[in-house]
Amino acid sequence: MSQNEASVAGKPKARVSGSYRELGLLVFIVVLCAVIQVRNQSFLTISNIADLLDNTAILGILAVGMMMVILTRGIDLSIGATIALSGMVSALTVAANPSMSPLLSILEGMAVGLVVGSLIGVLVARFSVLPIIATLGAMNIVRGVTYVVSNGAWVSSYQMSNGFQSIAMGRVFGVNNLVVIAIVVFVVFGYFLNYTRMGRRIYAVGSNPEAADVSGIPRRFILWFVYAVMGALSGLAGVLWVAKFASAQGDTATGYELNVIAAAVLGGVSINGGSGKITGLILGTILLGILNNALPLVNVSPFWQQAIQGFVILAAILTNLLVKRNGLRQALRKRAI
Amino acid sequence: MAERSIDVAQGKSLASKFLRWEWLLVLIFIAVNIVNTRLSPYYLSLDTFLGTPANFLDKAFLVLPMTFVIILGNIDISVASNVALSAVIMATTFNMGLPLPAAMALCLLVSTLAGWFNGFLLTRFKELSAVIVTLITMIIYRGIAYMILQDQAAGNFPDWFSFLGWGNIGPFPFILLVFILCAIAFGVLLHGTAFGRKIFAMGNNALTARYSGVRTDSVIQTVSALTGLMAGFTAIFLSSRMGSTRPNVAMGYELDVIAMVVLGGVSTSGGRGTIAGPLLAIFIIGFLNYGLGLVNVQAQVLLIIVGLLLILSVLVLNVRFSGRHRRPALGAGREK
Amino acid sequence: MSHPILELRDVTKTFPGVRALDGVRFELQKGEIHALMGENGAGKSTLIKVITGVHQPDSGEIMFDGKKVDFRSPLDSQRVGIAAIYQHVTCYPDLSVTENIFIGHENYDKLTRRIDWKSLHRRAGELLESLDADFDPHTPMGTLSVARQQIVEIAKALSANARVVIMDEPTAPLTDRESEDLYRITEGLRDMGVSVIFISHRLEDMYRLAKRVTVFRDARYVGTWNVDAISRDDLITAMVGRSITQLYPKKEVPIGEEILRVDGISRTGYFKDVSFSVRRGEILALTGLVGAGRTEVCEAIYGVTKADSGSVSLDGRPVSIHGPDEALAMGIGYLPEDRHRQGLILDWGLWMNVSLPTLSKFKKHLFLDQTDERKVAKDLLERVEVKAPSVYTKASALSGGNQQKVIVAKLLNSELKVIILDEPTKGVDVGAKTAIFDIMTHLAMQGYGIVMVSSEMPEVLGMSDRIVVMREGRVSATLKTRDATQEIILAAAMAEGSPA
Repeated sequence: MSQNEASVAGKPKARVSGSYRELGLLVFIVVLCAVIQVRNQSFLTISNIADLLDNTAILGILAVGMMMVILTRGIDLSIGATIALSGMVSALTVAANPSMSPLLSILEGMAVGLVVGSLIGVLVARFSVLPIIATLGAMNIVRGVTYVVSNGAWVSSYQMSNGFQSIAMGRVFGVNNLVVIAIVVFVVFGYFLNYTRMGRRIYAVGSNPEAADVSGIPRRFILWFVYAVMGALSGLAGVLWVAKFASAQGDTATGYELNVIAAAVLGGVSINGGSGKITGLILGTILLGILNNALPLVNVSPFWQQAIQGFVILAAILTNLLVKRNGLRQALRKRAI
Repeated sequence: MAERSIDVAQGKSLASKFLRWEWLLVLIFIAVNIVNTRLSPYYLSLDTFLGTPANFLDKAFLVLPMTFVIILGNIDISVASNVALSAVIMATTFNMGLPLPAAMALCLLVSTLAGWFNGFLLTRFKELSAVIVTLITMIIYRGIAYMILQDQAAGNFPDWFSFLGWGNIGPFPFILLVFILCAIAFGVLLHGTAFGRKIFAMGNNALTARYSGVRTDSVIQTVSALTGLMAGFTAIFLSSRMGSTRPNVAMGYELDVIAMVVLGGVSTSGGRGTIAGPLLAIFIIGFLNYGLGLVNVQAQVLLIIVGLLLILSVLVLNVRFSGRHRRPALGAGREK
Repeated sequence: MSHPILELRDVTKTFPGVRALDGVRFELQKGEIHALMGENGAGKSTLIKVITGVHQPDSGEIMFDGKKVDFRSPLDSQRVGIAAIYQHVTCYPDLSVTENIFIGHENYDKLTRRIDWKSLHRRAGELLESLDADFDPHTPMGTLSVARQQIVEIAKALSANARVVIMDEPTAPLTDRESEDLYRITEGLRDMGVSVIFISHRLEDMYRLAKRVTVFRDARYVGTWNVDAISRDDLITAMVGRSITQLYPKKEVPIGEEILRVDGISRTGYFKDVSFSVRRGEILALTGLVGAGRTEVCEAIYGVTKADSGSVSLDGRPVSIHGPDEALAMGIGYLPEDRHRQGLILDWGLWMNVSLPTLSKFKKHLFLDQTDERKVAKDLLERVEVKAPSVYTKASALSGGNQQKVIVAKLLNSELKVIILDEPTKGVDVGAKTAIFDIMTHLAMQGYGIVMVSSEMPEVLGMSDRIVVMREGRVSATLKTRDATQEIILAAAMAEGSPA
């Protein structure tokens, strides 16, 4: 009986300590917003917040895929290129068939991304190519293919049907489609990662790959799976991107993978694999969205953005690391040797 | 005291001397040139062979230290950003009135410091992988370059500066001569000296190296600083050839450089490779590029080819070495 | 009596160069705690790996619950209800206790594929409660102590309805109190009808827990006894199987002045206030249970890690050592515990392995003189009698004993005063052990001071001049070997009411 009490009493405490990181992130976001609001009153207005969310939705969708890749101790540098390719392919198709259903365009883009992601997955999972090497190579190949299929030309807004552009412009209950899609992705993958066996095994593989092999978890299949899903989400993002900016170009989303990795890392996804939560990821995405969108409001040159982003990521990673080291030291002290 | 003596003669068969990755590269290089000769009647001339390299050698300086980095079992994707940062600082300080030689020295200093900072992070925070450390500094270094120059260009270099990238000494392009000197220096360092042996040791088994008295931290920091120094060389030659500098120069160089190193037969899991392989790879990719230019193939196709070469060579090397003793397995030792 | 739950008949397993199991048998009754004992390298671990399907036997058969079984992988053995709990727990540190227990057999809704966390957490709580453990199943596994992680592993075995649980040296990293908890839990398992194979070096574990004990020696089956029918001495004789003087070629060597003195060094969480000294020509054994902090002390002396306080002196002068390179330069050499991960570069030829610590000696102008490297390597390798065809032979191609000799050869090119050997005979054949002891004796005769870390009592008693015993990070006894007995050392290592 007494043990029962102890375990019940222990529960809330453990949960709170588990979400310290998210709490800290939330506090930081609130403080940041307050500072920006003081400097520029137009920051916390409905229209600006709506803008901010619209602009951050695609980042959020991609961050979910990147989180799964990083959970398995991997990384994917190819997604900027995949966005460009799938966006280009779907835009070209729409330009040729203006009557095409927007839903079909989205599926087309996702299919392109899925193919790219699956191929990367095969390299990483089946042939044990380091993720950085496989995705760096894929980044070039996919970018090159994008130029080849478009012959170096752009697809512009006048070539896109209204239906296609409405993918990014339309609203559901007054909320932009992009935001709706992002929310759906967060909910679906939040459920997947927390409540299904497959989802939990992604964590297991990253947490201890050797143990996963011994306990019969299909490690290689899971590795393939995360890259394939990352590809499909990039494909989705590619269509959304092209619809939103009403333009498909060969150099679309160049370097965007860095933003996505940054969002995941800021959201507390451990680069050593095995740990990270959707809630943290959402906060990380929002923080990065604020950094990207609000800096011009406080007269910070947009050219400073990248460096600021870099330093924020460095600070986040080092803080995390020092906290962990401190915990380890505390544990050693407890041994009283 | 010994009952039986241990042989000191090389026991390798003739076949193993010739079945080397480098010979395959030589064949590929010859094949590329045969194709090029077919494409253009003017191709086969001394001018082509001496002049063409000047077009692609700027990034080749990065291949030398990257070979060290990958043999160590690490990777550095911040090199291109480092090139941009040091080039921007050189051009900006020069435009602000610093004499060009001093600006060039500053460029080398900045690039070396930026390289060393990677090594500092890697050794001070051992929990972080080289991928993540250099990914962060990749963002930061290019970010600083943008802070300094925004979307402007800087340059207006004097004429003698363009000699570095374009000039000849006798029939030899200056940049080729400098590169040959650097390549010899790096080759000797890697294959002839104790420092090189330590790099191979660490790439094979860093823990054993450390227990054997190798100062592993100082090796990592030295290699990182060398990588930075070479990024400075690339910055100078690139600026010289382009005549001006923007924050977005050298975009994507890290991929070309890593691809050349891997195509050169250097194992991405560390511990194995030569300087000769990546050198051959530089010229294969360079002349391939030149040949494709002859038949007006888009530059973007080259992206695809470099990417494919990278992945194919990793695949082949992975299969080739998969049977070998990589990470030591626990259990009984094998008998002779 | 009913048929045994698990029975091995005439099982043989060879690895290239080593016969790890030689026609052994083993029998486990239902609901029995059965101790498995033997020296390092006696074949216990291989037996476990054969039972769990990690290795497949070359010949012989395994019977489970009366039926012949053929395990191709660990999964096969898990399926029939065999669970192994290893010393280094194989868990998912980032996942919760509940997930670690149920991973692989979570129950979920067939339609929504939703895992029912609520009921899993509840069941995890119940399992832990049945083991008298009172921690929260939501806790991440990585934040638990080793003792608690072991309890989770046991809960995992229970959740999979394990009928046989194998525990591989579970008490080695535990404190006395934690061990006592583990004993209780293990008895609880037995009362539930689970059969337990308990592997341990600690005689106390066996007398406290087991009903029967089986002893292996040199990959062979020696015998099975009822625990209350065999005395300590008989058991040790069964494990060692030969008189100590035969195996240990210890020679009396004139002992000179003190060369290494360690004075009150401490490192938070690892060891505290450790002092000892070594003299020229002396072999000092540093012993204690696994996890007592011996290796950590040696690594601090060698400069791999840094002690927080205390001092080390060489030849009477205090020295400050910041890395292995400085230790080697000052005259301290270290043969690390894990020769594959810390001692050798397996893919390299022997000559390159041998010259690695002393590369600066081979510098001619800027370059390495490789011919000289090979010549010196040949001399050193022959001095320690490595059996290899050529200096180009890869280290991975040698047997364990020869590999160990190569690492000694690496050390001999430095002008050393003290050589620290950390478990030098771990996992090598009996013949090779004698050869390593021979080398140690020779080194002592040449005037080196030798520190030998070892967990094996016969080796400690047979080879050393003096013995330092550590327990939980502290020195618990320093004795002259001629005054020491197995009992005295064990008592100091465990600090319980054992006869002293």
